[in-house]
Amino acid sequence: MEKFLADFNQSFIAGDRWLLYLKGVGITLEVAAVALILGVILGVIVAVIRTIHDQQHPGRQNAVLGILNGIAKVYTTVIRGTPLMVQLLIMYFVIFSNTRNAVGVAMLTFGINSGAYVAEIIRGGIMSVDGGQMEAARSLGLPYMPSMRFVVIPQAVKNILPALGNELIALLKDTSLVTVIGVRDLTKAAQLIQGKTYQALFPFVGIAIVYLVLVMIIAALIGVLERRMRASDRR
Amino acid sequence: MIDVKDLHKSFEEKEVLCGITEHIDQGEKVVIIGPSGSGKSTFLRCLNMLETPTSGEILFKGVSMTDPATDINKMRQKMGMVFQHFNLFNNLNIMDNMTLAPVQLKLKSKAEAERDALDLLRRVNLEDKAEAYPSQLSGGQKQRIAIVRSLAMHPEVMLFDEPTSALDPEMVGEVLDVMKKLAEQGMTMVVVTHEMGFAREVGSRILFMDGGQITEQGTPSEIFDHPRMPRTKDFLSKVL
Ligand SMILES: Nc1ncnc2c1ncn2[C@@H]1O[C@H](COP(=O)(O)OP(=O)(O)O)[C@@H](O)[C@H]1O
Ligand SMILES: [Mg+2]
Repeated sequence: MEKFLADFNQSFIAGDRWLLYLKGVGITLEVAAVALILGVILGVIVAVIRTIHDQQHPGRQNAVLGILNGIAKVYTTVIRGTPLMVQLLIMYFVIFSNTRNAVGVAMLTFGINSGAYVAEIIRGGIMSVDGGQMEAARSLGLPYMPSMRFVVIPQAVKNILPALGNELIALLKDTSLVTVIGVRDLTKAAQLIQGKTYQALFPFVGIAIVYLVLVMIIAALIGVLERRMRASDRR
Repeated sequence: MIDVKDLHKSFEEKEVLCGITEHIDQGEKVVIIGPSGSGKSTFLRCLNMLETPTSGEILFKGVSMTDPATDINKMRQKMGMVFQHFNLFNNLNIMDNMTLAPVQLKLKSKAEAERDALDLLRRVNLEDKAEAYPSQLSGGQKQRIAIVRSLAMHPEVMLFDEPTSALDPEMVGEVLDVMKKLAEQGMTMVVVTHEMGFAREVGSRILFMDGGQITEQGTPSEIFDHPRMPRTKDFLSKVL
């Protein structure tokens, strides 16, 4: 029992180590939040390009749109086909080898990565809306964009939100990879303390619990959001 | 009012419409019948360019629908369409279903659009459903609303693609009644249907389609009482 308390003290309290974890959580949350925002922006752009391209009338293809669609396809294929850690290493040590702003590179990398998945989530959400909805809107003379905006997208959002929540949870957990480029996130804090104190149990189990609690909070928030949407739905 | 010239439509390699030439006058009630897969829906959907014809031309009031330079959205405002599966906007209540297009297209103010919508809902005895959502309505109610949603655009022609095929039998009548009233008021109508009673009573001309072509046409009594082609006789013997 005494050893337990001593180890606990050494892992969390001595030398104000808890501050290190706290800063780590801050960085972890920052990277996840910025990456999600970036990912959603990128994802929407890519999803819109790909959806408009696929819904063009055959025989009325737009060349610019064709090129953009090609780029969007390569982007999603490459990002989804290579390990996130490798993307992180390439971004930090190859593309941005001149900067030491590891947190910035981490945010950018995770944002770009997340964008590819978010794009597919949004595209899937739009495709899951019955095609008759778009046809009815178009048959009334509404152009493509207003039909999307007032009829298709509001229905797609309902299918997109839960998947987007899962993406945020995956993103939050994946941020622990940023340790490979030296970002001092929550995982790095535990590693540093382990190196200094030779304690492994408390630091690593401790951060596992922190990650778990964060994930459960996000999941609960998503649950509230979903229930509220269903309530306003009256269907 | 509508001129169709040598209309062809293929999906990939498969030719679904094989050269249709037809003229529809103002005020006509054209009923299209024929076996499943004969191209009736595709023909109807080409008329308002929901399907892009492979070749041929469609003129609506002298304006080419098939010309890429034509503002197709503008043209569609004058051509209402009613679908087999109603296609009411699930995310909007009935009032918003009816006012979305007229208001967004700036044809009416919101207040005007809502007043018109209520008038139209009254005509189909559904004024108490203005605040309801589509999922709260029966199939027959949905289809009556889909019809008046189209009418809110003040179309000059109405296209119906099997408007009663997805309905329980007891609801078919209420939808056909609305269509009959519309016909009496002089609306130009093109109706794909398997309701032969309606075709005979309301149709001014019957088109029989088979294999992507109009193989026989005439007045209801010509088609139903004295069909000439064996294929028409065969089809009618199965449905009547
Ligand atoms: N979007 C499509 N893609 C491929 N084939 C289609 C499509 N729409 C219709 N078809 C085919 O065209 C033929 C005619 O269909 P349709 O016009 O719906 O017939 P009908 O309404 O007379 O039953 C059918 O063989 C159908 O399978
Ligand atoms: Mg059909």
